[in-house]
Amino acid sequence: MDTNKLTQQDIIRQGEQVYKRPKLLLDNTMHYCPGCSHGVVHRLVAEVIEELGIQEKTIGVCPVGCSVFAYNYIDIDWQEASHGRAPAVATGISRVNPDKFVFTYQGDGDLASIGAAEIMHACNRGENIAVIFINNAIYGMTGGQMAPTTLLGQVTATTPKGRNVERNGYPLKITELIAQLPGTSYVTRQSVETSVSVRKCKTAIKKAFKNALAKKGTSFVEVVSTCNSGWKMSPVKANKWMEENMFPFYPVGDLKDGDKADPALYSKKN
Amino acid sequence: MGELKLMKGNEAIAEAAIRCGCDGYFGYPITPQSEVMETLMVRAPWDKTGMVVLQAESEVAAINMLYGGGGTGKKVMTSSSSPGVSLMSEGISYIAGAEIPCVIVNVQRGGPGLGTIQPSQADYFQATKGGGNGDYNLLVLAPNSVQEMSDFVGLSFELAFKYRNPVMILSDGAIGQMMEKVTLSDYKPRLTNEEIEKKYGDWATIGKKGNRSHNILTSLELNSEQMEENNIRFQAKYKKMKEEEVRYEEYMCDDADYILVAFGSCARICMKSIEMARAKGIKLGLLRPITLFPFPKKPIAELCKRVKGFMTVEMNAGQMIEDVKLSVFDSGILKPVEYYGRMGGIIPSPEEVVSTLEKKLIGGK
Ligand SMILES: Cc1ncc(C[n+]2csc(CCOP(=O)(O)OP(=O)(O)O)c2C)c(N)n1
Ligand SMILES: [Mg+2]
Repeated sequence: MDTNKLTQQDIIRQGEQVYKRPKLLLDNTMHYCPGCSHGVVHRLVAEVIEELGIQEKTIGVCPVGCSVFAYNYIDIDWQEASHGRAPAVATGISRVNPDKFVFTYQGDGDLASIGAAEIMHACNRGENIAVIFINNAIYGMTGGQMAPTTLLGQVTATTPKGRNVERNGYPLKITELIAQLPGTSYVTRQSVETSVSVRKCKTAIKKAFKNALAKKGTSFVEVVSTCNSGWKMSPVKANKWMEENMFPFYPVGDLKDGDKADPALYSKKN
Repeated sequence: MGELKLMKGNEAIAEAAIRCGCDGYFGYPITPQSEVMETLMVRAPWDKTGMVVLQAESEVAAINMLYGGGGTGKKVMTSSSSPGVSLMSEGISYIAGAEIPCVIVNVQRGGPGLGTIQPSQADYFQATKGGGNGDYNLLVLAPNSVQEMSDFVGLSFELAFKYRNPVMILSDGAIGQMMEKVTLSDYKPRLTNEEIEKKYGDWATIGKKGNRSHNILTSLELNSEQMEENNIRFQAKYKKMKEEEVRYEEYMCDDADYILVAFGSCARICMKSIEMARAKGIKLGLLRPITLFPFPKKPIAELCKRVKGFMTVEMNAGQMIEDVKLSVFDSGILKPVEYYGRMGGIIPSPEEVVSTLEKKLIGGK
């Protein structure tokens, strides 16, 4: 057999294939840096949409940030929002299209800094949407400046001596805030650095999407992520740094899993 | 014939939205236009037509809700007043860049900054020359009556979808607050999802079905060559608007020696000024631009052939005068163009208009 002429199909022996590219993941070369978490999460989103069979009713909203081009990679209809406004855009889509499924995909600068108001209010209204929140503790796209989630002491382009409370304030645990909001039903923090965590993250994304489809209010999945270019570390080192520094401050696990708040608890009598 | 009612300009906007089959209104309270959302909330159209009305957390959010809803081919609108429209300007630029149809009402108040809640036309530049970043234009309609507040809502949606472009109704606090009788339009049903798919399925983000490639709405294009092409396409669209959508009204221009150019509530005042001037033997007429973009250049060029001069009357420091001067210049027949206006929420009186005309145009130079 001429090995130069082997096709992919010849190489993959039926019965031995355990993993393949989801149909909804388009065959475009991703612009993400090697080791970046965005690509893995994109894949999970594509897999979940495919498995739930909801491509025809899904509209994604991508942010300003490294994932601005998410629309080039997943074969669904997309709207590209301005910086931070994805939750408002998603609200607009969802409100006039209650039959559709809408999710946002946002970074930490986008969601927790410039878009803090929009995410709070969308979650507080309990919009029937899902939110994927990539927390890499940095502004990846603009070259590694401080994000609201940047850890104390963390070196970035705008905190060259490390983040300092006097000058920069505290790292923002926005997911903990979101979990307090009565409009959210499911708030979780995940990661994608090992095959186990990837599988867990996928389960979380699926639950969030199902909740939105079931009109259970807002579901929110934070993914603690790496940005090896922004952090100036190799992918392996970045994963280690994340485990040692991010996980203690941003512990992985569910913060809330249930239903939106009972309005009776918020009525005048109480 | 439709129903006849006495109502405020702001109420007419709300009523017209429900009747023209609007799918969603998103807004944030600000004087002097809060009655728009208040009227909608009382009318509760969600029970009758299915129209959604949502009080957003800010104008920033409201305009982005329009981006989202309009991006799915639904008829969505907002209303605000000057400071609120400034906040929306980022979103409006993105909407123009992503070519999303929607309707924005600005019931102007005096500025800059928080300014005053009294009427003004000081957002003329913002509305007609951009406001947000980049080379884009809104199609801008200027109502001068409660009737036009009502009529222009449906018209704005037609134009917004025809051009896939945001349309602005540039009104002011006087028209928003004043009560007049208005003939309401008949109820038009909202489009069904099937109708939307058929009409706008080639661009609207309504869920990818079948073999079509996925629809993406974005204003981003990092390839300069492609971005320039997008800009060229936008400019072609604005050119088409200039050719096909100019709307204006002439009042007593046939025998006029002098022409007032005014829009919105100023045009109403000018009609009184014309009556007063004509009583004195001054042959005065009015050109009222109804579309501020595209601006009625040709009618001004025509008038240049036979009148002695123009004076704009504006509730600002003299903004539209620049477009009148350009129109006169481009006509090749140079005629004097003067301005009279008041600022800060003051409405010019008909007497002031006539005396300024006499001083600056008739008696002058
Ligand atoms: C209004 C506005 N301000 C600033 C920018 C520049 N900008 C682009 S991406 C970005 C930060 C994105 O960081 P994050 O949301 O954390 O996403 P990441 O790239 O890390 O995934 C900034 C500030 C912009 N595009 N728009
Ligand atoms: Mg980031």
